[in-house]
Amino acid sequence: MPKVTYVYDDGSEHTVEVAVATSLMRAALRNQVRGIVGECGGAATCGTCHVYLDHSTEEFGPPSGDEDEMLEWTAAPRAENSRLSCQLVPTEEGAHLVVRVPAEQV
Amino acid sequence: MPRPEMHGVVVIGAGHAGVEAAASLRAGGYSGPVTVVGAERHLPYQRPPLSKEMLADGGDPGALALRSEAFFADRGIVLRHGPAVDVDRARQQVHIAGDRPLDYDHLVLATGAAPRRIELPGRSLRGVAELRTLDDALALRASLVGAGRMVVLGGGFIGMEVASAARKRGVDVSVVELADRLLGRAVSPPVSAAVAAHHRADGVGLCFGEHATELVGDAGHVTGVRTGSGRVLPADLVVLGIGATAEDGLARRAGLATDGGVLVDRWLTTSDPRIIAIGDCAVVCDPATGTRRRLESIQNATDHGRYAAARILGEERPYCALPWFWSNQGALRLQLVGIAGDSAELVVRGDAARFSVFCMRDGRLTAVESVNDPGTHMAARRLLERATPGEAELVAVDYDVRALARRVLARETAVA
Repeated sequence: MPKVTYVYDDGSEHTVEVAVATSLMRAALRNQVRGIVGECGGAATCGTCHVYLDHSTEEFGPPSGDEDEMLEWTAAPRAENSRLSCQLVPTEEGAHLVVRVPAEQV
Repeated sequence: MPRPEMHGVVVIGAGHAGVEAAASLRAGGYSGPVTVVGAERHLPYQRPPLSKEMLADGGDPGALALRSEAFFADRGIVLRHGPAVDVDRARQQVHIAGDRPLDYDHLVLATGAAPRRIELPGRSLRGVAELRTLDDALALRASLVGAGRMVVLGGGFIGMEVASAARKRGVDVSVVELADRLLGRAVSPPVSAAVAAHHRADGVGLCFGEHATELVGDAGHVTGVRTGSGRVLPADLVVLGIGATAEDGLARRAGLATDGGVLVDRWLTTSDPRIIAIGDCAVVCDPATGTRRRLESIQNATDHGRYAAARILGEERPYCALPWFWSNQGALRLQLVGIAGDSAELVVRGDAARFSVFCMRDGRLTAVESVNDPGTHMAARRLLERATPGEAELVAVDYDVRALARRVLARETAVA
């Protein structure tokens, strides 16, 4: 199964295994990862599952137009590697992804 | 010092509002017992996908869980199967059928809303469905697999989302709507028109100014819908999507004040100071203006849930949150923020494929409705959380709320 390491604002980490086709937002909620709200449930409509992807973004491709627009308005400042974790869905077995969770989401 | 309260909090209703209230109590440091009484056998789950992905893509129901089982266990949040049948306010107890009563210091009613009942000949025919629960969605999904023609009664959010999902599965769909436009109670005419154009292009038949008088059937299964004009629309599946009413039966039996839902004040407190009502079932009254409002939305449910917890933990300010809402219908993305009201003046910016409607009342921006325009929606949310800009301010930027929101946020950062 793909692995995801969520790095909190204070530097501590939480690594979980996620099934292929499960978004990093859902995996975070299911595994009690702090700091990811995902209020809209994964419809890329609330901007509360913002993460910084500390990895090559090649696996995912660039954000869609809608995601790109939503990222302009996240609570924590947008960076070049900002993504909505509801739109990050690992497709490769054995992948290991690292994301940083921002200090605020709403 | 011994705790003056020891019975804890009982939450009736395991939807978005109830679960958020329980989770927020623990997050806020509440140490007494917390029990959530749910009527369904499933772990509490997300509702928005029930009328969207769950129907269209056959998503996994297990993926809908709001929180894991371990989340509740780790936080000492007890999930109890209801339904709750009665509240004894004098004894501060909740009765669950066939179970011992639950004592409470604070009771949170999060009982939600249920599809509006309709007295229609043929209502009990097979192939007539409504959508509220996960089990309803699974049953409807199974019906869609073999369906050839579906008629949806009601052109509201649920009806149009179901119509999109059915089209994605190749089903012929007609929608029967009494009004002359879609989503009439929720959005302005320009948005209704865009939604109608989207569904027409997707092959959905729209019958406005019509209502069903009878569901006709053969051998116990629905075969069509007879409308007021006398014609019969053939159907092997009929979905009733004519709105919802608050589940306030328990509150009424308990003698709480109700009027189209459980009446609460600006602190979300019912006529009993030990009982809070939140989410779809709550009618919030503003004593200053006499305005009463019941909202059916995820934002309202989760914000109410958070506030209920804060209130129990000592919050003294009244409830205040900016309402927002979304609906995805196939490729169409609707996002609403604020409350337009009937007297709003409308300003539209954008083109047919992507636009926003700015709703102005008394010279101020009160709501923004966006069609495929998420950036404007988010900017409007950020802006309206902080201020309601006046007309002159908006005209000066030609209704570019992104520019205005950026300016306001930059000012905030500079002050901080």
